Amino acid sequence: MITKRIIPCLDVKNGRVVKGTNFQGLSDVNSPVELARLYSDCGADELVFYDITASFEGRKLFTDILTEVASQIFIPLTVGGGINTLEDFDRVLKAGADKVSVNSGAIRNPDLVREAAQRYGDQCVVLSVDVKRVDGFFRVFSKGGRENTGMEAIDWICRCVANGAGEVVVNSIDTDGVKGGFDLPLLEAVSNRVDVPVIASGGAGCIEDFITLFKTLPKVDAGLAASIFHFGTVKIPELKSVLRENDIFVRL
Amino acid sequence: MVGIIDYGVGNLFSLGCAFQRLGEEVVVSDDPQILSKADRLVLPGVGAFADAAEKLQKTGLGDFLKTQAQAGKPVMGICLGMQLLFEKSFEYGEHPGLSLLKGSVVSMAGVIPESLKVPHMGWNKLEFTKNSRLFTHISQGDYVYFVHSYFASDCPDSVCAVSEYGEKLTAAVEKGNIYGCQFHPEKSGQVGLNILKAFCEV
Repeated sequence: MITKRIIPCLDVKNGRVVKGTNFQGLSDVNSPVELARLYSDCGADELVFYDITASFEGRKLFTDILTEVASQIFIPLTVGGGINTLEDFDRVLKAGADKVSVNSGAIRNPDLVREAAQRYGDQCVVLSVDVKRVDGFFRVFSKGGRENTGMEAIDWICRCVANGAGEVVVNSIDTDGVKGGFDLPLLEAVSNRVDVPVIASGGAGCIEDFITLFKTLPKVDAGLAASIFHFGTVKIPELKSVLRENDIFVRL
Repeated sequence: MVGIIDYGVGNLFSLGCAFQRLGEEVVVSDDPQILSKADRLVLPGVGAFADAAEKLQKTGLGDFLKTQAQAGKPVMGICLGMQLLFEKSFEYGEHPGLSLLKGSVVSMAGVIPESLKVPHMGWNKLEFTKNSRLFTHISQGDYVYFVHSYFASDCPDSVCAVSEYGEKLTAAVEKGNIYGCQFHPEKSGQVGLNILKAFCEV
């Protein structure tokens, strides 16, 4: 059976991983290549690289870094950030990405998901969506969670999946950064409506949060997190062995 | 030297890097003259069977690969590349493959329980069903990375590993000098590299 996936997410700005980490033994805590290797070695099932650069030069640098990572790390790589056109898909896929994650780009251009899925296959297109509750309704936010689009989140996700998104990263703005656990009601609402893999993001603070996620919502396929992995609050080998002790199927 | 057949299907970057990591010389080419100098050939591929089969036929690379394989050169198909080694596929119609292996490629929808998502995407366990030289450096139960919606069936003489996903799906094949992986060894971490290493040693 397919394992549940554990996915660290790295934000990259001007060719460097921002925030860094407190891993011991890393000579350069902000090096995307060193961090990718470390995560790959300690059992990460996939890596997400998020380009948070705004400038053209920064984007070029990101693509170069991606190529370097992809030439040395042999696990699936997903790339997001600044994906607005098919040319952006092309650029990161040629640089070694396996999957491409679209967020605001899909909101701005509703045809992007369909066109990319037709050209590169559904399995290549990941919809990433930032969701926040507004007056009791799940709403889609754009521009890194700053702008309420007014769109109903579950409908938006279903529409993108129908257009060919092969996977959905559901990031809850309400739980993000709180470290009180994943947003189970939101994730349940999404996984009841789509039949593509759902990746939970936002809110993980400890190992127990992953156990609760996969036990409560067996339809969720993966858990994504950033700072708890970077700062060693949760160590992936330990996380995975505890998951397995709890009868959750993971790759060890 | 490993020759990776470039017929315009899929991203060959990681695959080339994986062989280079193993210290192999790699050539990625669509030129039979160049490819024929390689000691072993790899047929990669993602996307639709019919498109890929047509490209292999139009470019003559399909015939080239068959001739090389029949002359005894080790050949490995990966993902769609493995499926193309079989007689035919039922992906959107019925399309002939290269017939280097007996069997056909069928959809997993309708075969596996409806509760399971298609494509079969993610890390799954290898279950060896017979010995293969591909397994020299890996162990029963090791995990590899899959992305596929169709699988090879009716291939008892070549299947050497399966993965459980509602049904036992063909994961790896070996018949004489012909090898295949349904999963992506170039995306399967150290286990995948070890499989490619074993292929380079045959």
